[in-house]
Amino acid sequence: MVPLSWYLLLSAFLFASGVAGFLIRRNIITIFMSIELMLNGVNLAFIAFATVRHSLNGNVFVFFVMVVAAAEAAVGLAIIIAVYRTRETLNVDRVNLLKL
Amino acid sequence: MTLWLIPLLPLAGAAINGLFGRRFSRKLVATVALAFTAASFLWALVIASRFLSGGQVPIADHVATWLQIGDFRIEYGFLVDQLSMVMMLVVTGVGFLIHIYSVAYMEHEGGYYRYFSYLNLFMFFMLTLVLANNYLLMFVGWEGVGLASYLLIGFFFRRDSAADAGKKAFITNRIGDFGFLIALFLLVKNFGTLQFADLFDKVAKYSPGAEVGVGVLTAIALLMLMGATGKSAQIPLYVWLPDAMEGPTPVSALIHAATMVTAGVYMICRSNAIFSRAPIALTVVAIIGTLTAFFAATIGITQTDIKRVLAYSTVSQLGYMFMAAGVAAYSAAIFHLMTHAFFKGLLFLGAGSVIHGVGGEQDMRKMGGLKKYMPWTFWTMFAATCAISGIPFFAGFYSKDEILWQAYSSPHGSWIFWLVGVITAYMTSFYMFRLLFMTFTGEYRGAIEPAHGHGAHDDHGHHGTPHESPWMMLGPLVILGILSVVGGYVGVGHRFENFLAPVTPSVLSEPQTAALAAPESAALPAQQSEPASENSGLEDELMAISILCAFSGLGLAWFLYVKRRDLPDKIADSLGGLYTTVLNKYYVDQIYGAAIIRPLINGSRAILWRGIDAGAIDGTLNASAKGAQETGGAFRRLQSGNIRSYAGWVAAGAAVVVIYMVWMGTR
Repeated sequence: MVPLSWYLLLSAFLFASGVAGFLIRRNIITIFMSIELMLNGVNLAFIAFATVRHSLNGNVFVFFVMVVAAAEAAVGLAIIIAVYRTRETLNVDRVNLLKL
Repeated sequence: MTLWLIPLLPLAGAAINGLFGRRFSRKLVATVALAFTAASFLWALVIASRFLSGGQVPIADHVATWLQIGDFRIEYGFLVDQLSMVMMLVVTGVGFLIHIYSVAYMEHEGGYYRYFSYLNLFMFFMLTLVLANNYLLMFVGWEGVGLASYLLIGFFFRRDSAADAGKKAFITNRIGDFGFLIALFLLVKNFGTLQFADLFDKVAKYSPGAEVGVGVLTAIALLMLMGATGKSAQIPLYVWLPDAMEGPTPVSALIHAATMVTAGVYMICRSNAIFSRAPIALTVVAIIGTLTAFFAATIGITQTDIKRVLAYSTVSQLGYMFMAAGVAAYSAAIFHLMTHAFFKGLLFLGAGSVIHGVGGEQDMRKMGGLKKYMPWTFWTMFAATCAISGIPFFAGFYSKDEILWQAYSSPHGSWIFWLVGVITAYMTSFYMFRLLFMTFTGEYRGAIEPAHGHGAHDDHGHHGTPHESPWMMLGPLVILGILSVVGGYVGVGHRFENFLAPVTPSVLSEPQTAALAAPESAALPAQQSEPASENSGLEDELMAISILCAFSGLGLAWFLYVKRRDLPDKIADSLGGLYTTVLNKYYVDQIYGAAIIRPLINGSRAILWRGIDAGAIDGTLNASAKGAQETGGAFRRLQSGNIRSYAGWVAAGAAVVVIYMVWMGTR
């Protein structure tokens, strides 16, 4: 059986990649995907713990995270479309009209 | 008994005219002011008549509790006893007459409603002062009359001199009020009450050596005296009164001659329980009064502005009242206060009538011969001049003679007071008849066709030759003239003294005062037991001397200002420096200016303004504002508007939390 630490390392790697992508990329869609990556890294940690501890709590949490992620994807994509329509760009550095 | 109506009616008049008067016609303004004052006067008469017809004495009226702090209680309460009844009638009566006079006198002036509103306001505060049944309410009136006086002196506020005179009066009064206030604090601390009845009871029960000794009473009395010198224009705080002549003349008559300036005398007489037990303070009162009477009379001799002569004469007469109060002859002080209200009110109104008649001129050198133009004014002023000079059978004769006699014979008195008093009486007679002769006899020395060239003072005019004033102004003159003639008869045969006796126990009839008064009064009982006949013989002699003084003053004035008109200038020349010094009022204003006002202004400017205000307070404020601005400027950079940088901060924060928790976990 694969030890728990491997799963956790993978999970941390996925999460860190998500954070790095979020910070580095300028395209909104890429950033959005980085967020999904972070969520799934967390999901992996939940599942791993649930399996090792023989508890369903982790599975339930994962379902909740998936639901939120789905909802977020719907809303987020809608926002992205709206932003693109008005600003004709997906570069986050140029979406700064609220700045003083 | 609804005593509170008496002060409240003028307040209502002041409120109506003050709030809505701008839209009223002049007639309506005058009607409102007169109606409320008249109502107040009538109500005072009703109360007085019930009082005199054997009603309950004194009449007290508790309206409501004002303050309740533990056992210490101050109420809105009014009290009419013999003393406040006299004051109440004088204030409302003379006040009402002057209101009538003002209607005609102020006809050509702007701010008509403002004037009457202030005048009514003054009546309200003055009546509060004299009717209050505790010191704190009295203090409200005390400050209030100061305010009303300030407003009215500065009535012609477009003129700098008037505005300055108003400020001078207010600030000088405040200096005195400070002393009065401290006296009140001492009373509260030592006796725990400010209600007259309780307080005087407690004061009477204290004997020297008890925890509240004579020292405290003396301190209280001296501080009260400080307040009284401010309000009643005594040395050293008298300087505001002559300048107060910048106000309209009826105001000078009402406030700066007949009523407000007597507040100090009233206060001392009201506090006689305290003063009689503080003999040192009492002597100080007498000395200040005597000095002021003499000093102001000498200045009065040299002045040429008709109102200023009267102003200094007021200061001098108030000095007489202080002298009387200082020898514990309180009833004599109040008696002179009353007769003075009549004849000095009349003199000022007469002066106003003269100023009105000659078109705003106040310099007596430019008057003269007015007798044939304004006979009514002349005869009424003649009566008042006789009264103030102490010509026999006029009002002032009785009251002044009473004061001089008491100054001599009272256990607190001395022949020095009497001597200075008599010399002052001589000077009074001289300068008052000088005023009368300069103004009314000889030839008219003013320009016959002044057209509109006057303008320096109360803007009356549009007339060539002098003319008599309208009846609206002469009426009050005549009434006050009659009172100046007959007003003294209430004092014949100690009637006035006996009337006031319950409130102001006469010195001779109160042995325990004398016993308290200190060791030197041990010789008193002998003096008190002197047979009355011996006293009255001496009294007659002294009276003869003062009558002689009055007539010789008259004679000298007649000789110098009617017979040999060239002489006064020659005398003035030969006196040289002395004359100039007196003419310039002994340079007291200049001395005060150099010794007190200038250092105060310079100190305020250099230290308080530049140093503390601009330096310390503004400096701190500006520095903290600048600090906040710079900190904000530094943190502003964080708000870049760049989403990724925000996310970076969030990630960094999360990383810090994780590291911290890991570190905590490994411990």
